[in-house]
Amino acid sequence: MNRRDFLKITGILAIGAASHQTAMILLSSEVKGDQAKKKRWAMAISFSACVKREGCRDCIDNCHLIHNVPEFTDNKDKIQWIWSSHYESVFGEQTNMFTKGMLKNLSILCLCNHCENPPCVKVCPTKATWKNKDGIIMIDYHRCIGCRYCMAACPYDARSFNWKDPKPFIKEINRDFPTRAKGVVEKCNFCEERITQGLLPACVEACPEKALTFGDLNDPESDISRLLKTRFSIQRKPHLGTDPKVFYLF
Amino acid sequence: MIEKAFKGTIGYWLWLCFLSALALAGFISYLRQLDIGLGITGMGRDVSWGLYIANFTFFVGIAASSVVVVLPYYLHDYKKFGDIIILGEFLAVSSVVVTILFILVDLGVPSRVLNVLIYPSPSSLLFWDMVVLTGYLILNIVIGWWSFDAKVKEIEPPIWIKPLVYISIPWAISIHTVTAFIYSGLSAKPLWHTALLAPRFLASAFASGPSVLIVLCFIIRRWFGFNIERDVIKKIAIIVTYALSIHIFFMLAEIYTVLYSDLPSHKSHFEFLFLGVPGNRFLIPWTWGSTVGAIIAFVLFLISHKKNDSLVIFASIITVVSIWLEKGFCLIIGGFVPTPFEEYPKYVPTIFELFITLGIYAAGGLILTILYKTVVSFRQSK
Repeated sequence: MNRRDFLKITGILAIGAASHQTAMILLSSEVKGDQAKKKRWAMAISFSACVKREGCRDCIDNCHLIHNVPEFTDNKDKIQWIWSSHYESVFGEQTNMFTKGMLKNLSILCLCNHCENPPCVKVCPTKATWKNKDGIIMIDYHRCIGCRYCMAACPYDARSFNWKDPKPFIKEINRDFPTRAKGVVEKCNFCEERITQGLLPACVEACPEKALTFGDLNDPESDISRLLKTRFSIQRKPHLGTDPKVFYLF
Repeated sequence: MIEKAFKGTIGYWLWLCFLSALALAGFISYLRQLDIGLGITGMGRDVSWGLYIANFTFFVGIAASSVVVVLPYYLHDYKKFGDIIILGEFLAVSSVVVTILFILVDLGVPSRVLNVLIYPSPSSLLFWDMVVLTGYLILNIVIGWWSFDAKVKEIEPPIWIKPLVYISIPWAISIHTVTAFIYSGLSAKPLWHTALLAPRFLASAFASGPSVLIVLCFIIRRWFGFNIERDVIKKIAIIVTYALSIHIFFMLAEIYTVLYSDLPSHKSHFEFLFLGVPGNRFLIPWTWGSTVGAIIAFVLFLISHKKNDSLVIFASIITVVSIWLEKGFCLIIGGFVPTPFEEYPKYVPTIFELFITLGIYAAGGLILTILYKTVVSFRQSK
């Protein structure tokens, strides 16, 4: 290496180091500023309130209506953003001989957990699914190639695939929300389109028993923060380290 | 050179026509799938990967196993493999094409496949799989073709072939490792979530791939009178024997770990595969067939060195079927059952799915036939 080369390389290195540092400073200030107003959306579902009306599907119907979720007759084609299932199926690892009898007919609402550490986002080969700044897991229906790797990675079965063209199976098309085409994955979006307008998610709004509470975990004064501070709650499969943001209250 | 593939007997042409007809039937079925969507298959919201991804996994193994003939020849200077090496490389080429086709037909929106390159995502193992498979395909075409060309012209192969060959050895290992990582990295699927998955994939690949090669050697001897030395086949049979023993050992190690530790989430998959649940005992014959088949094949290989060729052929076929059942079916389907909701859905491939799968086999068979015919014709003209 001659002197000229040496100077060149050290010069490049110095510029690199300097720009790296400024970038770090800029980034950290941005992060600090962001954190102050950054939202972390979450939901709490109260078993005792939800169970009051047997067979009630108001939250499911409202969500599926607003989001143009098709209704397939064949179970294997089914698409669901929010649905209910038995306690033993949802909390299989938290059952015993007594819960099996006592909670036998308790149906539990299930939806995307909008994990803090989402396995689906990591596996997507096209970045068609990502975590928003506010923690919501989003999907770009125009980028998704339909490989269904995210479906295999989700421990909660929260994702559905459009096995066929969904449009003929949508009862009544809502013009304010996009429909999807065959071959892409979809799921609950925590009503991102509504909360940016200051509205509550469709399921929360529809519940006649106010069993669902939605809010910002970063705001210690929010309803959900207060609720979770005072009441015992559980999450689905917490041992997987995904940190779900849907909580279940007793 | 390739023109040699287009001169052959009537039987050869009939074979090509048969494969083309199958490929065409597959293509027509695929057009139907494009029109209706993947709902035309047996897959659904619970078993969301089926025959396509399972076959993809199996053929990555076949592609990777060409290293079994490349490595002894180049690293250990085992010259006797000189003739078979090109057969191994061309088998790898057609297998990689088959894997890529299986991925393509499994996509919901195949027209967007280039999004994988436009938005590269290093955190996704599927992205890496695309990278290593494409690289492996190019490596094998270049190495195979140029070294064959050199042989035809009776000159030394170009100097840059050797470094490429050395790269291709770990690369072959990498394609099957990355494929295993697709599955083993998912905490949501306890059946796949084991560090032993990649080693198991490699062991079973080094049993099934060379077995395919053995069967192919006998076929081209029978049809084209192209003789591969008995010694060479014996050597490959020994490799298969050891690979099978490691494969069986890994399988037993996995079963011990799951059964003794008694973790319900892991055990339930094995119970489903080997014993079934009321109302869904679909996979029992396939799982047992695969397990017992591997053991029978191993024993047959052990005693085959004293016996005739037909025993070796028989053992090779059992090996291929056994590993196909394991990797090409049970492991993928079993990973989805039971579901996270502890349900036991059934998965039965539809007729369209079967035709598309057979069509892809036929397309791979066509490529393989044409490449092998070129090699054989050249050897016979000498």
